[in-house]
Amino acid sequence: MIADNVKHMLETEEKNIATRAAYGAKLAELGGRYENIVVLDCDLSGSTKTSVFAKKFPERFFNFGIAETNMMSAAAGLATMGKIPFASTFGVFATKRAADQVSISIAYTKLNVKICATHTGITVGEDGATHQAIEDVAIMRSIPNIAVISPADGTETEKVLEEIIKIHGPCYVRLCRGSAPIIFNDDYHFQLGKGTRIYKGDKATVVCAGFTTHIGMEAAKELERQGIGVDLINMSSIKPIDSRLLVESAKKTGLVITVEDHSIIGGLGGAVCETLAEGQPAKVIRLGVKDRFGESGTPKELIEAYGFGKKDIIAAVKENIG
Amino acid sequence: MEEKKKNRLKKVAAGLRQDIIRMLCLAGSGHPGGALSMTDIFSYLYFGDVLNIDPNKPDKKDRDRLVLSKGHACPILYAALAEKGYFDKSHLKTLRKFGSILQGHPDMNKTPGVDISTGSLGQGLSCAVGMALGARLNGQSLKVFAVIGDGECDEGQIWEAAMAAAHYNLDNLIAIVDKNGLQIDGFTKDVMDTEPLAEKWKAFGWEVATIDGHDYDQIEDSIQKAKNASGRPAVVVAETVKGKGVSFMEGVCEWHGQAPSEEEKEEALKCIGEFKTD
Ligand SMILES: Cc1ncc(C[n+]2csc(CCOP(=O)(O)OP(=O)(O)O)c2C)c(N)n1
Ligand SMILES: [Mg+2]
Repeated sequence: MIADNVKHMLETEEKNIATRAAYGAKLAELGGRYENIVVLDCDLSGSTKTSVFAKKFPERFFNFGIAETNMMSAAAGLATMGKIPFASTFGVFATKRAADQVSISIAYTKLNVKICATHTGITVGEDGATHQAIEDVAIMRSIPNIAVISPADGTETEKVLEEIIKIHGPCYVRLCRGSAPIIFNDDYHFQLGKGTRIYKGDKATVVCAGFTTHIGMEAAKELERQGIGVDLINMSSIKPIDSRLLVESAKKTGLVITVEDHSIIGGLGGAVCETLAEGQPAKVIRLGVKDRFGESGTPKELIEAYGFGKKDIIAAVKENIG
Repeated sequence: MEEKKKNRLKKVAAGLRQDIIRMLCLAGSGHPGGALSMTDIFSYLYFGDVLNIDPNKPDKKDRDRLVLSKGHACPILYAALAEKGYFDKSHLKTLRKFGSILQGHPDMNKTPGVDISTGSLGQGLSCAVGMALGARLNGQSLKVFAVIGDGECDEGQIWEAAMAAAHYNLDNLIAIVDKNGLQIDGFTKDVMDTEPLAEKWKAFGWEVATIDGHDYDQIEDSIQKAKNASGRPAVVVAETVKGKGVSFMEGVCEWHGQAPSEEEKEEALKCIGEFKTD
């Protein structure tokens, strides 16, 4: 059964939108409501979509050029002056390149910086390994004091932004390059530390986030058609994670499949394993990038080759249910 | 430069430009602007008897090294390597495609002739510093070339590398800055002004030459001088036109990272053809 706040997106095929596009539009709107928002970018504003804000509020937009480490520490400085900095660049540069600056200038200090990174996962596609963030969640999750959020669609991206602006402290928001269907209705409410059960079933628990949520939904729907009901959980709040929901679901199903456009080490799959190992040991199958770098290709080809598509989820469920 | 050699290199450059346009059109994405701005210099480096390399022995220990620090410009590197014979030209058709030896950014483990993987800007010059240090330790007389972007000079790491190269007196290291005046979000002077760029390199202890990066006499002159630098690293600040050779791409920011359509490809090939002889 599908949850109330979820659209029947698979039937409607309503406007697909990339979460980065939703971010750009929403940020510009928030800029009108919050005068202390400042936006920082590193020569990628057209791609991260902070260009929308830059056009509307040029005096509150700072392009740091191709200098991510400088941008992150400068964001920390701005935060000490009462601003709410949104710092954007591609996921690889926001996390891997500027890891120490994020850790020490932003996280250690608990400063109110919102890092909104786009182009995450191998679904970045043709640019290849150097531009595909497959370790960003692992890196950010291991740094204390930062919330890690991976919205599944345009609606959730907007709701996440509304929510994190009210929270004082560092956040990492993981956004995607490619378009995905709108999943949530406007009455959906995002809450940090809470996951959403989109489908309900008792044979297995499928945990998704970000770009994989709509893929998981397609798989859950197909499985339901075949008489195999699964819990499909959108775990956009990867840190803090919704352990209660995970434990409750794993207790019921005894089998958990995690699906992520990220390395299976340290990301959503890692977080779920850590939670369940301590709370409700269960068999966990992690679908995602299996300890290797990405490569060039279309997002579709890569999802298939790296094994976290619809058919991989279905196979993982069927092969492992008791 | 002799007129005969100049005409030969210009002809090679026209062919490389056409290859760049063709492969990007087929790929459907990628970066024409910064590949075209470096084409004349690549024509000279690869086909003007500069680089001591052997396409039949891509791993030859004593070969000169070339680091394309601005890795997104790889179509020019791939075109030059194919033309040189490192791999069959048919591979150019597979650029950015799944399973290709020609990745969206250079991968030293997939493409013969690529000396190090790049794509995350700012790292290549440091790699080149390491190569130059290693060559000196090994007693090898080879040269290390590093091609970096003017936008890339925003990265602090470029200046950390610049400092180290001068500190270690790396006169076997030659940097070439593609000063095309553009990055992604606009003109470098508007996004992040790096001027006075040549003076910065000078202040960091480098021998500096500023040239027109499309003038073969100046290219040859500056590279030969740089090769003979003694006691310190040399940099050639090459003033170029982004998109050079394709009139509708020249100096147009949007052509940084956008592939030509079928029609645009035809028009571009025509433009390049006209440049062949002069
Ligand atoms: C560390 C890093 N940050 C951002 C990018 C994204 N990016 C790719 S090309 C580019 C602009 C490069 O400008 P420039 O160095 O002037 O290159 P050119 O004009 O020669 O193409 C940017 C920001 C990157 N590849 N690496
Ligand atoms: Mg440039």
